[in-house]
Amino acid sequence: MARYIAKRFLISIPILLLVVTLVFFAFQLIPGDPARMYVGVDASQEAVERVRHDLGLDQPVLTQYVEYMSRLARGDLGKSIYTRRPVVQELGPRFWNTVQLSLAAIVFATLVGVTLGTLATVKQGTVWDHLLTVVSLFGISMPVFWMGLLLAYVFSVELHWLPSAGNDSWRHFLMPTFCLSAFSLAFITRMTRSALLEVMAQDYVRTALAKGVREAVVVGWHALRNALLPVVTVVGLRFGYMLGGAVVTEEVFAWPGLGRLLVTAVGQRDIPLVQGALLLFGASFVLVNLAVDLLYGVLDPRIRHR
Amino acid sequence: MTLLRVPRVAFSFARDYPLGAAGGALVLAFVVVALLAPQLAPYDPDAVSLRQSLAGPSPQHPLGQDNQGRDLLSRIIFGARMSLYISVSAIGMGALFGVGLGMAAAYYRRLDMPIMRLMDVVLAFPGIIVALTTIAILGQSIHNVVVAIGVYHIPQFARLTHGLTLSIQETVFVEGAVASGESDLAVLTRYILPNCLASIIVQTSLLIPGAIMTAATLSFLGLGVPPPTAEWGSMLQNSLQWAPLAPHVMIVPGLALMLVVFGFNVLGDGLRDAMDPRLKKR
Repeated sequence: MARYIAKRFLISIPILLLVVTLVFFAFQLIPGDPARMYVGVDASQEAVERVRHDLGLDQPVLTQYVEYMSRLARGDLGKSIYTRRPVVQELGPRFWNTVQLSLAAIVFATLVGVTLGTLATVKQGTVWDHLLTVVSLFGISMPVFWMGLLLAYVFSVELHWLPSAGNDSWRHFLMPTFCLSAFSLAFITRMTRSALLEVMAQDYVRTALAKGVREAVVVGWHALRNALLPVVTVVGLRFGYMLGGAVVTEEVFAWPGLGRLLVTAVGQRDIPLVQGALLLFGASFVLVNLAVDLLYGVLDPRIRHR
Repeated sequence: MTLLRVPRVAFSFARDYPLGAAGGALVLAFVVVALLAPQLAPYDPDAVSLRQSLAGPSPQHPLGQDNQGRDLLSRIIFGARMSLYISVSAIGMGALFGVGLGMAAAYYRRLDMPIMRLMDVVLAFPGIIVALTTIAILGQSIHNVVVAIGVYHIPQFARLTHGLTLSIQETVFVEGAVASGESDLAVLTRYILPNCLASIIVQTSLLIPGAIMTAATLSFLGLGVPPPTAEWGSMLQNSLQWAPLAPHVMIVPGLALMLVVFGFNVLGDGLRDAMDPRLKKR
Protein backbone atom coordinates (compact mmCIF):
# COMPACT_ATOMS: atom_id res chain seq x y z
CA MET A 1 0.00 0.00 0.00
CA ALA A 2 2.81 2.40 0.92
CA ARG A 3 4.39 1.86 -2.49
CA TYR A 4 1.08 2.49 -4.20
CA ILE A 5 0.61 5.77 -2.31
CA ALA A 6 4.14 6.90 -3.09
CA LYS A 7 3.72 6.08 -6.78
CA ARG A 8 0.42 7.96 -7.11
CA PHE A 9 1.91 10.90 -5.25
CA LEU A 10 4.93 11.09 -7.53
CA ILE A 11 2.74 11.00 -10.63
CA SER A 12 0.81 14.08 -9.54
CA ILE A 13 3.95 16.25 -9.21
CA PRO A 14 4.69 16.64 -12.96
CA ILE A 15 0.98 17.33 -13.56
CA LEU A 16 1.09 20.15 -11.03
CA LEU A 17 4.22 21.54 -12.71
CA LEU A 18 2.44 21.43 -16.06
CA VAL A 19 -0.55 23.30 -14.61
CA VAL A 20 1.72 26.04 -13.28
CA THR A 21 3.61 26.28 -16.57
CA LEU A 22 0.43 26.43 -18.62
CA VAL A 23 -1.03 29.14 -16.40
CA PHE A 24 2.17 31.17 -16.72
CA PHE A 25 2.44 30.95 -20.49
CA ALA A 26 -1.28 31.37 -21.17
CA PHE A 27 -1.08 34.82 -19.66
CA GLN A 28 1.83 35.75 -21.93
CA LEU A 29 -0.82 35.85 -24.67
CA ILE A 30 -2.56 38.92 -23.25
CA PRO A 31 -2.76 41.63 -25.86
CA GLY A 32 -1.59 45.01 -24.60
CA ASP A 33 0.98 46.05 -22.03
CA PRO A 34 0.66 44.42 -18.59
CA ALA A 35 2.74 47.15 -16.97
CA ARG A 36 0.34 49.75 -18.35
CA MET A 37 -2.59 47.73 -17.00
CA TYR A 38 -0.93 47.61 -13.61
CA VAL A 39 -0.50 51.36 -13.20
CA GLY A 40 -3.61 52.48 -15.06
CA VAL A 41 -4.27 54.47 -18.21
CA ASP A 42 -3.44 57.91 -16.80
CA ALA A 43 0.00 57.09 -15.39
CA SER A 44 3.11 58.65 -16.88
CA GLN A 45 5.49 56.75 -19.14
CA GLU A 46 8.18 56.78 -16.39
CA ALA A 47 5.79 55.12 -13.95
CA VAL A 48 5.03 52.43 -16.53
CA GLU A 49 8.75 51.83 -17.10
CA ARG A 50 9.43 51.65 -13.37
CA VAL A 51 6.66 49.07 -12.85
CA ARG A 52 7.91 47.15 -15.87
CA HIS A 53 11.33 46.96 -14.25
CA ASP A 54 9.98 46.20 -10.76
CA LEU A 55 7.83 43.34 -12.03
CA GLY A 56 10.67 42.02 -14.15
CA LEU A 57 8.64 42.47 -17.32
CA ASP A 58 11.69 43.89 -19.14
CA GLN A 59 13.40 40.50 -18.80
CA PRO A 60 13.18 37.70 -21.41
CA VAL A 61 10.16 35.42 -21.00
CA LEU A 62 12.23 32.45 -19.86
CA THR A 63 13.92 34.50 -17.13
CA GLN A 64 10.48 35.65 -16.03
CA TYR A 65 9.33 32.04 -15.97
CA VAL A 66 12.22 30.92 -13.77
CA GLU A 67 11.63 33.89 -11.49
CA TYR A 68 7.90 33.08 -11.36
CA MET A 69 8.56 29.47 -10.42
CA SER A 70 11.04 30.35 -7.70
CA ARG A 71 8.62 32.88 -6.20
CA LEU A 72 5.88 30.23 -6.29
CA ALA A 73 8.14 27.79 -4.49
CA ARG A 74 8.41 30.36 -1.71
CA GLY A 75 4.61 30.68 -1.62
CA ASP A 76 4.63 34.13 -3.19
CA LEU A 77 1.85 34.59 -5.74
CA GLY A 78 2.38 38.30 -6.28
CA LYS A 79 0.05 41.16 -5.45
CA SER A 80 -3.48 41.89 -6.59
CA ILE A 81 -3.52 44.79 -9.06
CA TYR A 82 -6.77 46.06 -7.65
CA THR A 83 -6.38 45.80 -3.87
CA ARG A 84 -2.54 45.76 -3.86
CA ARG A 85 -2.68 43.05 -1.19
CA PRO A 86 -0.73 39.77 -1.53
CA VAL A 87 -2.72 37.29 -3.62
CA VAL A 88 -2.22 34.57 -0.99
CA GLN A 89 -4.04 36.67 1.60
CA GLU A 90 -6.90 37.34 -0.83
CA LEU A 91 -7.31 33.69 -1.74
CA GLY A 92 -7.05 31.96 1.64
CA PRO A 93 -10.34 32.86 3.34
CA ARG A 94 -12.24 32.74 0.04
CA PHE A 95 -10.97 29.24 -0.67
CA TRP A 96 -12.07 28.00 2.73
CA ASN A 97 -15.63 29.28 2.08
CA THR A 98 -15.71 27.43 -1.23
CA VAL A 99 -14.41 24.24 0.35
CA GLN A 100 -17.14 24.38 3.02
CA LEU A 101 -19.88 24.84 0.44
CA SER A 102 -18.50 22.14 -1.86
CA LEU A 103 -18.16 19.66 1.00
CA ALA A 104 -21.76 20.24 2.07
CA ALA A 105 -22.90 19.84 -1.54
CA ILE A 106 -20.95 16.67 -2.29
CA VAL A 107 -22.08 14.98 0.92
CA PHE A 108 -25.69 15.86 0.16
CA ALA A 109 -25.41 14.77 -3.48
CA THR A 110 -23.76 11.46 -2.56
CA LEU A 111 -26.15 10.46 0.23
CA VAL A 112 -29.31 11.39 -1.66
CA GLY A 113 -27.99 10.27 -5.05
CA VAL A 114 -26.95 6.80 -3.91
CA THR A 115 -30.26 6.37 -2.06
CA LEU A 116 -32.36 7.43 -5.03
CA GLY A 117 -30.27 5.38 -7.46
CA THR A 118 -30.74 2.30 -5.27
CA LEU A 119 -34.48 2.92 -5.03
CA ALA A 120 -34.69 3.27 -8.80
CA THR A 121 -32.96 -0.10 -9.19
CA VAL A 122 -35.27 -1.86 -6.76
CA LYS A 123 -38.31 -0.32 -8.45
CA GLN A 124 -36.86 -0.87 -11.93
CA GLY A 125 -39.43 -0.52 -14.69
CA THR A 126 -42.12 1.00 -12.47
CA VAL A 127 -43.55 4.50 -12.63
CA TRP A 128 -41.12 5.57 -9.89
CA ASP A 129 -38.12 4.51 -11.93
CA HIS A 130 -39.28 6.43 -15.00
CA LEU A 131 -40.19 9.44 -12.90
CA LEU A 132 -36.71 9.47 -11.36
CA THR A 133 -35.12 9.17 -14.81
CA VAL A 134 -37.04 12.16 -16.12
CA VAL A 135 -36.43 14.25 -12.99
CA SER A 136 -32.70 13.52 -13.10
CA LEU A 137 -32.59 14.43 -16.79
CA PHE A 138 -34.16 17.75 -15.83
CA GLY A 139 -31.63 18.10 -13.05
CA ILE A 140 -28.83 17.71 -15.58
CA SER A 141 -30.45 20.12 -18.05
CA MET A 142 -31.37 22.87 -15.62
CA PRO A 143 -29.06 25.88 -15.70
CA VAL A 144 -27.62 26.20 -12.20
CA PHE A 145 -28.04 29.95 -12.10
CA TRP A 146 -31.66 29.72 -13.17
CA MET A 147 -32.41 27.17 -10.49
CA GLY A 148 -30.73 29.48 -7.99
CA LEU A 149 -32.78 32.45 -9.14
CA LEU A 150 -36.02 30.49 -8.91
CA LEU A 151 -35.17 29.16 -5.44
CA ALA A 152 -34.22 32.62 -4.23
CA TYR A 153 -37.41 34.04 -5.69
CA VAL A 154 -39.65 31.46 -3.99
CA PHE A 155 -37.92 31.07 -0.63
CA SER A 156 -36.52 34.55 -0.09
CA VAL A 157 -38.68 37.02 -1.99
CA GLU A 158 -42.08 35.37 -1.72
CA LEU A 159 -41.94 33.24 1.44
CA HIS A 160 -39.19 35.06 3.41
CA TRP A 161 -38.01 31.69 4.74
CA LEU A 162 -34.37 31.72 3.78
CA PRO A 163 -31.71 34.40 3.32
CA SER A 164 -30.73 34.88 -0.32
CA ALA A 165 -27.19 36.15 0.20
CA GLY A 166 -24.14 35.64 2.43
CA ASN A 167 -22.78 32.76 4.50
CA ASP A 168 -23.42 33.68 8.13
CA SER A 169 -25.50 30.77 9.44
CA TRP A 170 -26.55 27.23 8.58
CA ARG A 171 -29.69 28.64 6.96
CA HIS A 172 -27.46 30.40 4.44
CA PHE A 173 -26.14 27.00 3.43
CA LEU A 174 -29.43 25.40 2.38
CA MET A 175 -30.11 26.93 -1.04
CA PRO A 176 -26.51 27.18 -2.29
CA THR A 177 -25.84 23.59 -1.20
CA PHE A 178 -28.88 22.32 -3.05
CA CYS A 179 -28.03 24.35 -6.16
CA LEU A 180 -24.41 23.31 -6.27
CA SER A 181 -25.30 19.67 -5.70
CA ALA A 182 -28.20 19.43 -8.19
CA PHE A 183 -26.16 18.40 -11.22
CA SER A 184 -24.00 15.95 -9.27
CA LEU A 185 -27.06 14.59 -7.49
CA ALA A 186 -28.71 13.75 -10.81
CA PHE A 187 -25.46 12.37 -12.16
CA ILE A 188 -24.78 10.17 -9.12
CA THR A 189 -28.36 8.88 -9.15
CA ARG A 190 -28.03 7.76 -12.76
CA MET A 191 -24.57 6.36 -12.17
CA THR A 192 -25.64 4.35 -9.10
CA ARG A 193 -28.63 2.97 -10.99
CA SER A 194 -26.65 1.76 -13.99
CA ALA A 195 -23.79 0.38 -11.86
CA LEU A 196 -26.24 -1.47 -9.62
CA LEU A 197 -28.15 -2.90 -12.57
CA GLU A 198 -24.89 -4.27 -13.91
CA VAL A 199 -23.97 -5.90 -10.60
CA MET A 200 -27.49 -7.26 -10.15
CA ALA A 201 -27.03 -9.30 -13.32
CA GLN A 202 -24.12 -11.24 -11.81
CA ASP A 203 -24.19 -14.83 -10.63
CA TYR A 204 -23.51 -14.21 -6.96
CA VAL A 205 -26.53 -11.92 -6.74
CA ARG A 206 -28.72 -14.56 -8.35
CA THR A 207 -27.35 -17.09 -5.88
CA ALA A 208 -28.15 -14.84 -2.94
CA LEU A 209 -31.67 -14.27 -4.21
CA ALA A 210 -32.14 -17.98 -4.93
CA LYS A 211 -31.19 -19.03 -1.44
CA GLY A 212 -33.88 -16.74 -0.13
CA VAL A 213 -32.08 -13.61 1.07
CA ARG A 214 -34.52 -10.72 1.01
CA GLU A 215 -34.20 -8.48 -2.04
CA ALA A 216 -33.64 -5.34 0.01
CA VAL A 217 -30.68 -6.99 1.73
CA VAL A 218 -29.22 -8.27 -1.54
CA VAL A 219 -29.44 -4.86 -3.19
CA GLY A 220 -28.45 -2.74 -0.22
CA TRP A 221 -25.70 -5.01 1.10
CA HIS A 222 -24.37 -7.53 -1.41
CA ALA A 223 -24.74 -5.55 -4.62
CA LEU A 224 -24.31 -1.96 -3.51
CA ARG A 225 -20.81 -2.56 -2.15
CA ASN A 226 -19.57 -3.65 -5.55
CA ALA A 227 -21.49 -1.01 -7.42
CA LEU A 228 -19.95 1.79 -5.39
CA LEU A 229 -16.53 1.72 -7.08
CA PRO A 230 -17.56 3.62 -10.23
CA VAL A 231 -19.68 5.87 -8.02
CA VAL A 232 -16.60 6.81 -5.99
CA THR A 233 -14.87 7.97 -9.18
CA VAL A 234 -17.82 10.13 -10.09
CA VAL A 235 -18.07 11.57 -6.60
CA GLY A 236 -14.38 12.43 -6.61
CA LEU A 237 -14.46 13.98 -10.06
CA ARG A 238 -17.60 15.93 -9.26
CA PHE A 239 -16.05 17.25 -6.04
CA GLY A 240 -13.00 18.44 -7.94
CA TYR A 241 -15.22 20.16 -10.46
CA MET A 242 -17.44 21.60 -7.74
CA LEU A 243 -14.56 23.51 -6.22
CA GLY A 244 -14.24 25.31 -9.54
CA GLY A 245 -17.81 25.05 -10.74
CA ALA A 246 -19.11 26.78 -7.64
CA VAL A 247 -18.50 30.03 -9.55
CA VAL A 248 -22.12 30.29 -10.64
CA THR A 249 -23.76 29.27 -7.36
CA GLU A 250 -21.52 31.67 -5.47
CA GLU A 251 -22.44 34.48 -7.80
CA VAL A 252 -26.19 33.88 -7.44
CA PHE A 253 -26.15 33.67 -3.65
CA ALA A 254 -23.39 36.24 -3.07
CA TRP A 255 -21.30 33.52 -1.40
CA PRO A 256 -17.87 35.00 -0.65
CA GLY A 257 -15.95 32.11 -2.21
CA LEU A 258 -13.10 31.62 -4.62
CA GLY A 259 -15.34 31.46 -7.70
CA ARG A 260 -16.88 34.82 -6.99
CA LEU A 261 -13.43 36.26 -6.45
CA LEU A 262 -12.37 34.86 -9.82
CA VAL A 263 -15.34 36.43 -11.64
CA THR A 264 -14.59 39.81 -10.07
CA ALA A 265 -10.90 39.45 -10.86
CA VAL A 266 -11.64 38.58 -14.51
CA GLY A 267 -13.99 41.57 -14.75
CA GLN A 268 -11.24 43.86 -13.42
CA ARG A 269 -8.58 41.97 -15.39
CA ASP A 270 -6.64 41.56 -12.16
CA ILE A 271 -4.20 39.08 -13.70
CA PRO A 272 -2.13 38.05 -10.63
CA LEU A 273 -5.34 37.29 -8.75
CA VAL A 274 -6.77 35.30 -11.70
CA GLN A 275 -3.53 33.32 -11.95
CA GLY A 276 -3.52 32.60 -8.23
CA ALA A 277 -7.13 31.41 -8.26
CA LEU A 278 -6.40 29.18 -11.26
CA LEU A 279 -3.40 27.60 -9.57
CA LEU A 280 -5.49 26.91 -6.49
CA PHE A 281 -8.24 25.30 -8.61
CA GLY A 282 -5.70 23.24 -10.50
CA ALA A 283 -3.87 22.12 -7.38
CA SER A 284 -7.06 21.14 -5.59
CA PHE A 285 -8.27 19.19 -8.62
CA VAL A 286 -5.01 17.25 -8.78
CA LEU A 287 -5.14 16.57 -5.03
CA VAL A 288 -8.76 15.40 -5.15
CA ASN A 289 -7.86 13.04 -7.99
CA LEU A 290 -4.97 11.73 -5.93
CA ALA A 291 -7.33 11.15 -3.01
CA VAL A 292 -9.76 9.27 -5.26
CA ASP A 293 -6.96 7.06 -6.55
CA LEU A 294 -5.90 6.27 -3.01
CA LEU A 295 -9.49 5.52 -2.00
CA TYR A 296 -9.64 3.15 -4.95
CA GLY A 297 -6.69 1.26 -3.58
CA VAL A 298 -8.48 0.95 -0.25
CA LEU A 299 -11.78 -0.20 -1.79
CA ASP A 300 -10.39 -2.57 -4.37
CA PRO A 301 -7.26 -4.48 -3.32
CA ARG A 302 -6.68 -5.63 -6.92
CA ILE A 303 -5.78 -2.09 -7.98
CA ARG A 304 -2.96 -1.46 -5.52
CA HIS A 305 -1.18 -4.67 -6.50
CA ARG A 306 -1.00 -3.82 -10.17
CA MET B 1 -29.09 6.03 -46.00
CA THR B 2 -31.01 7.56 -48.86
CA LEU B 3 -33.01 10.68 -48.21
CA LEU B 4 -36.27 8.80 -48.78
CA ARG B 5 -35.66 6.61 -45.77
CA VAL B 6 -35.35 9.51 -43.35
CA PRO B 7 -39.10 9.71 -42.50
CA ARG B 8 -39.27 5.96 -41.89
CA VAL B 9 -36.20 5.92 -39.68
CA ALA B 10 -37.45 8.96 -37.79
CA PHE B 11 -40.83 7.30 -37.32
CA SER B 12 -39.43 4.06 -35.93
CA PHE B 13 -37.11 6.05 -33.64
CA ALA B 14 -40.12 8.01 -32.37
CA ARG B 15 -42.02 4.79 -31.74
CA ASP B 16 -39.22 3.08 -29.80
CA TYR B 17 -37.82 6.15 -28.03
CA PRO B 18 -40.66 8.64 -27.51
CA LEU B 19 -38.63 10.72 -25.04
CA GLY B 20 -35.70 10.95 -27.43
CA ALA B 21 -38.05 11.93 -30.24
CA ALA B 22 -39.57 14.66 -28.07
CA GLY B 23 -36.04 15.93 -27.52
CA GLY B 24 -35.45 15.79 -31.26
CA ALA B 25 -38.57 17.90 -31.82
CA LEU B 26 -37.32 20.49 -29.30
CA VAL B 27 -33.92 20.61 -30.97
CA LEU B 28 -35.49 20.94 -34.42
CA ALA B 29 -37.75 23.76 -33.19
CA PHE B 30 -34.73 25.51 -31.69
CA VAL B 31 -32.72 25.30 -34.90
CA VAL B 32 -35.63 26.47 -37.07
CA VAL B 33 -36.38 29.40 -34.74
CA ALA B 34 -32.70 30.37 -34.67
CA LEU B 35 -32.29 30.26 -38.43
CA LEU B 36 -35.54 32.11 -39.18
CA ALA B 37 -35.26 34.61 -36.30
CA PRO B 38 -35.65 37.77 -38.42
CA GLN B 39 -38.75 36.31 -40.12
CA LEU B 40 -40.35 34.89 -36.97
CA ALA B 41 -39.77 37.64 -34.40
CA PRO B 42 -42.86 39.89 -34.15
CA TYR B 43 -40.80 42.92 -33.04
CA ASP B 44 -37.31 44.34 -33.21
CA PRO B 45 -35.58 42.63 -30.21
CA ASP B 46 -33.87 45.89 -29.25
CA ALA B 47 -36.87 48.23 -29.67
CA VAL B 48 -37.30 50.05 -26.35
CA SER B 49 -40.73 51.07 -25.09
CA LEU B 50 -40.26 52.48 -21.60
CA ARG B 51 -43.98 53.09 -20.99
CA GLN B 52 -44.54 49.33 -21.11
CA SER B 53 -41.67 48.50 -18.76
CA LEU B 54 -42.05 45.06 -17.16
CA ALA B 55 -45.54 44.54 -18.64
CA GLY B 56 -46.77 40.97 -18.21
CA PRO B 57 -47.91 38.70 -21.03
CA SER B 58 -50.58 40.21 -23.28
CA PRO B 59 -52.11 39.41 -26.69
CA GLN B 60 -49.61 41.78 -28.35
CA HIS B 61 -46.64 40.50 -26.34
CA PRO B 62 -47.34 36.84 -25.51
CA LEU B 63 -44.30 36.49 -23.24
CA GLY B 64 -44.42 39.99 -21.77
CA GLN B 65 -41.83 42.76 -21.84
CA ASP B 66 -38.62 43.46 -19.96
CA ASN B 67 -37.59 46.46 -17.88
CA GLN B 68 -37.05 48.57 -21.00
CA GLY B 69 -40.31 47.39 -22.55
CA ARG B 70 -38.52 45.20 -25.11
CA ASP B 71 -40.60 42.30 -26.41
CA LEU B 72 -39.44 39.15 -24.63
CA LEU B 73 -40.64 36.75 -27.34
CA SER B 74 -38.54 38.54 -29.94
CA ARG B 75 -35.55 38.60 -27.62
CA ILE B 76 -35.93 34.88 -26.92
CA ILE B 77 -36.06 34.20 -30.67
CA PHE B 78 -32.94 36.24 -31.37
CA GLY B 79 -31.32 34.75 -28.26
CA ALA B 80 -31.81 31.31 -29.85
CA ARG B 81 -29.94 32.56 -32.90
CA MET B 82 -27.08 33.80 -30.73
CA SER B 83 -26.94 30.50 -28.81
CA LEU B 84 -26.88 28.44 -31.98
CA TYR B 85 -24.22 30.65 -33.54
CA ILE B 86 -21.95 30.56 -30.49
CA SER B 87 -22.34 26.86 -29.73
CA VAL B 88 -21.88 25.66 -33.31
CA SER B 89 -18.86 27.89 -33.98
CA ALA B 90 -17.27 27.03 -30.65
CA ILE B 91 -17.72 23.29 -31.15
CA GLY B 92 -16.54 23.69 -34.74
CA MET B 93 -13.39 25.40 -33.54
CA GLY B 94 -12.85 22.73 -30.88
CA ALA B 95 -13.34 19.99 -33.47
CA LEU B 96 -11.03 21.58 -36.02
CA PHE B 97 -8.07 22.01 -33.68
CA GLY B 98 -8.86 19.00 -31.50
CA VAL B 99 -9.09 16.56 -34.40
CA GLY B 100 -5.88 17.89 -35.89
CA LEU B 101 -3.97 17.70 -32.62
CA GLY B 102 -5.39 14.30 -31.72
CA MET B 103 -4.44 12.78 -35.07
CA ALA B 104 -0.98 14.33 -35.00
CA ALA B 105 -0.37 13.07 -31.46
CA ALA B 106 -1.36 9.54 -32.40
CA TYR B 107 0.42 9.45 -35.75
CA TYR B 108 3.70 11.06 -34.76
CA ARG B 109 4.88 9.23 -31.64
CA ARG B 110 7.18 12.06 -30.56
CA LEU B 111 4.27 14.51 -30.37
CA ASP B 112 2.10 12.15 -28.35
CA MET B 113 3.38 12.95 -24.87
CA PRO B 114 3.54 16.75 -25.10
CA ILE B 115 0.21 17.19 -26.86
CA MET B 116 -1.85 14.75 -24.84
CA ARG B 117 -0.44 15.83 -21.45
CA LEU B 118 -1.25 19.44 -22.33
CA MET B 119 -4.79 18.35 -23.18
CA ASP B 120 -5.05 16.55 -19.82
CA VAL B 121 -4.08 19.70 -17.99
CA VAL B 122 -6.76 21.76 -19.75
CA LEU B 123 -9.30 19.06 -18.94
CA ALA B 124 -8.35 19.24 -15.28
CA PHE B 125 -10.20 22.54 -15.07
CA PRO B 126 -13.98 22.86 -15.24
CA GLY B 127 -15.19 24.30 -18.56
CA ILE B 128 -16.39 27.53 -17.03
CA ILE B 129 -12.97 28.19 -15.46
CA VAL B 130 -11.19 27.68 -18.79
CA ALA B 131 -13.71 29.99 -20.45
CA LEU B 132 -13.30 32.66 -17.75
CA THR B 133 -9.52 32.47 -18.11
CA THR B 134 -9.76 32.93 -21.86
CA ILE B 135 -11.99 35.97 -21.37
CA ALA B 136 -9.51 37.32 -18.80
CA ILE B 137 -6.75 37.02 -21.39
CA LEU B 138 -8.57 38.17 -24.52
CA GLY B 139 -11.19 40.56 -23.16
CA GLN B 140 -14.97 40.50 -23.47
CA SER B 141 -16.77 40.17 -26.82
CA ILE B 142 -19.06 37.78 -28.72
CA HIS B 143 -16.06 36.60 -30.69
CA ASN B 144 -14.07 35.82 -27.60
CA VAL B 145 -16.98 33.88 -26.10
CA VAL B 146 -16.70 31.56 -29.11
CA VAL B 147 -12.94 31.23 -28.60
CA ALA B 148 -13.36 30.77 -24.84
CA ILE B 149 -15.77 27.86 -25.26
CA GLY B 150 -13.89 26.50 -28.26
CA VAL B 151 -10.62 26.25 -26.33
CA TYR B 152 -12.20 24.00 -23.74
CA HIS B 153 -13.51 21.64 -26.42
CA ILE B 154 -10.16 21.13 -28.14
CA PRO B 155 -8.97 18.49 -25.63
CA GLN B 156 -12.29 16.66 -25.78
CA PHE B 157 -11.97 16.19 -29.53
CA ALA B 158 -8.23 15.54 -29.28
CA ARG B 159 -8.77 12.67 -26.84
CA LEU B 160 -11.44 11.07 -28.96
CA THR B 161 -9.50 11.37 -32.22
CA HIS B 162 -6.27 10.28 -30.56
CA GLY B 163 -7.85 7.02 -29.44
CA LEU B 164 -9.54 6.41 -32.77
CA THR B 165 -6.40 7.13 -34.78
CA LEU B 166 -4.31 4.82 -32.61
CA SER B 167 -6.59 1.90 -33.42
CA ILE B 168 -7.26 2.78 -37.08
CA GLN B 169 -3.60 3.21 -37.99
CA GLU B 170 -2.98 -0.41 -36.98
CA THR B 171 -5.37 -1.67 -39.65
CA VAL B 172 -4.11 -3.32 -42.83
CA PHE B 173 -5.47 -0.75 -45.27
CA VAL B 174 -3.56 2.05 -43.54
CA GLU B 175 -0.40 -0.01 -43.55
CA GLY B 176 -1.03 -0.62 -47.23
CA ALA B 177 -1.41 3.10 -47.89
CA VAL B 178 1.86 3.82 -46.08
CA ALA B 179 3.63 1.03 -47.95
CA SER B 180 2.40 2.29 -51.30
CA GLY B 181 4.12 5.59 -50.59
CA GLU B 182 1.21 7.87 -49.73
CA SER B 183 2.30 11.06 -47.97
CA ASP B 184 1.56 11.48 -44.26
CA LEU B 185 -1.03 14.14 -45.02
CA ALA B 186 -2.82 11.85 -47.47
CA VAL B 187 -2.80 8.94 -45.03
CA LEU B 188 -4.21 11.14 -42.28
CA THR B 189 -6.90 12.89 -44.30
CA ARG B 190 -7.91 10.23 -46.83
CA TYR B 191 -7.52 7.01 -44.87
CA ILE B 192 -7.77 7.80 -41.16
CA LEU B 193 -10.01 10.86 -40.93
CA PRO B 194 -12.99 9.39 -42.85
CA ASN B 195 -13.05 6.49 -40.42
CA CYS B 196 -13.11 8.82 -37.41
CA LEU B 197 -15.85 10.99 -38.82
CA ALA B 198 -18.90 9.13 -37.48
CA SER B 199 -17.66 9.29 -33.89
CA ILE B 200 -16.63 12.92 -34.28
CA ILE B 201 -20.10 13.86 -35.48
CA VAL B 202 -21.75 12.04 -32.57
CA GLN B 203 -19.38 13.79 -30.16
CA THR B 204 -20.26 17.14 -31.73
CA SER B 205 -23.95 16.68 -31.08
CA LEU B 206 -23.31 15.55 -27.51
CA LEU B 207 -21.21 18.63 -26.70
CA ILE B 208 -23.55 21.27 -28.11
CA PRO B 209 -25.89 21.52 -25.07
CA GLY B 210 -22.89 22.04 -22.77
CA ALA B 211 -21.60 24.78 -25.06
CA ILE B 212 -24.99 26.51 -25.05
CA MET B 213 -25.07 26.33 -21.26
CA THR B 214 -21.52 27.65 -20.84
CA ALA B 215 -22.21 30.56 -23.20
CA ALA B 216 -25.31 31.50 -21.20
CA THR B 217 -23.38 31.12 -17.95
CA LEU B 218 -20.62 33.44 -19.14
CA SER B 219 -23.18 36.06 -20.12
CA PHE B 220 -25.00 35.60 -16.83
CA LEU B 221 -21.73 36.31 -15.01
CA GLY B 222 -21.51 39.51 -17.04
CA LEU B 223 -18.44 38.29 -18.93
CA GLY B 224 -20.00 36.87 -22.08
CA VAL B 225 -22.10 38.46 -24.80
CA PRO B 226 -22.19 42.16 -23.89
CA PRO B 227 -25.61 43.85 -23.49
CA PRO B 228 -27.84 44.99 -25.13
CA THR B 229 -27.52 42.04 -27.56
CA ALA B 230 -30.33 39.57 -26.92
CA GLU B 231 -28.82 36.49 -25.27
CA TRP B 232 -30.52 34.18 -22.78
CA GLY B 233 -27.80 34.38 -20.13
CA SER B 234 -27.54 38.15 -20.22
CA MET B 235 -31.35 38.40 -20.17
CA LEU B 236 -31.24 36.40 -16.93
CA GLN B 237 -28.48 38.62 -15.57
CA ASN B 238 -30.64 41.64 -16.38
CA SER B 239 -33.67 40.02 -14.73
CA LEU B 240 -31.86 39.79 -11.37
CA GLN B 241 -33.01 43.15 -10.12
CA TRP B 242 -36.49 43.05 -11.70
CA ALA B 243 -37.58 39.51 -10.86
CA PRO B 244 -39.18 40.45 -7.51
CA LEU B 245 -41.47 42.91 -9.38
CA ALA B 246 -42.05 40.89 -12.54
CA PRO B 247 -41.06 37.21 -12.29
CA HIS B 248 -41.76 36.57 -15.97
CA VAL B 249 -38.53 38.34 -17.01
CA MET B 250 -36.66 35.64 -15.10
CA ILE B 251 -38.82 32.63 -15.91
CA VAL B 252 -38.99 33.03 -19.71
CA PRO B 253 -35.28 33.01 -20.67
CA GLY B 254 -34.44 30.28 -18.14
CA LEU B 255 -37.22 28.08 -19.46
CA ALA B 256 -36.03 28.54 -23.04
CA LEU B 257 -32.49 27.61 -22.05
CA MET B 258 -33.60 24.59 -20.05
CA LEU B 259 -35.91 23.25 -22.75
CA VAL B 260 -33.21 23.41 -25.39
CA VAL B 261 -30.56 21.76 -23.22
CA PHE B 262 -33.10 19.15 -22.09
CA GLY B 263 -34.01 18.50 -25.71
CA PHE B 264 -30.39 17.91 -26.71
CA ASN B 265 -29.78 15.68 -23.67
CA VAL B 266 -32.76 13.35 -24.17
CA LEU B 267 -32.15 13.23 -27.92
CA GLY B 268 -28.55 12.23 -27.26
CA ASP B 269 -29.67 9.60 -24.73
CA GLY B 270 -32.21 8.20 -27.17
CA LEU B 271 -29.75 8.07 -30.06
CA ARG B 272 -27.14 6.39 -27.90
CA ASP B 273 -29.63 3.74 -26.76
CA ALA B 274 -30.86 3.23 -30.32
CA MET B 275 -27.34 2.78 -31.68
CA ASP B 276 -26.02 0.57 -28.90
CA PRO B 277 -27.63 -2.87 -29.32
CA ARG B 278 -26.33 -4.01 -25.93
CA LEU B 279 -28.56 -1.51 -24.15
CA LYS B 280 -31.65 -2.30 -26.22
CA LYS B 281 -32.96 -5.24 -24.26
CA ARG B 282 -33.11 -3.46 -20.91
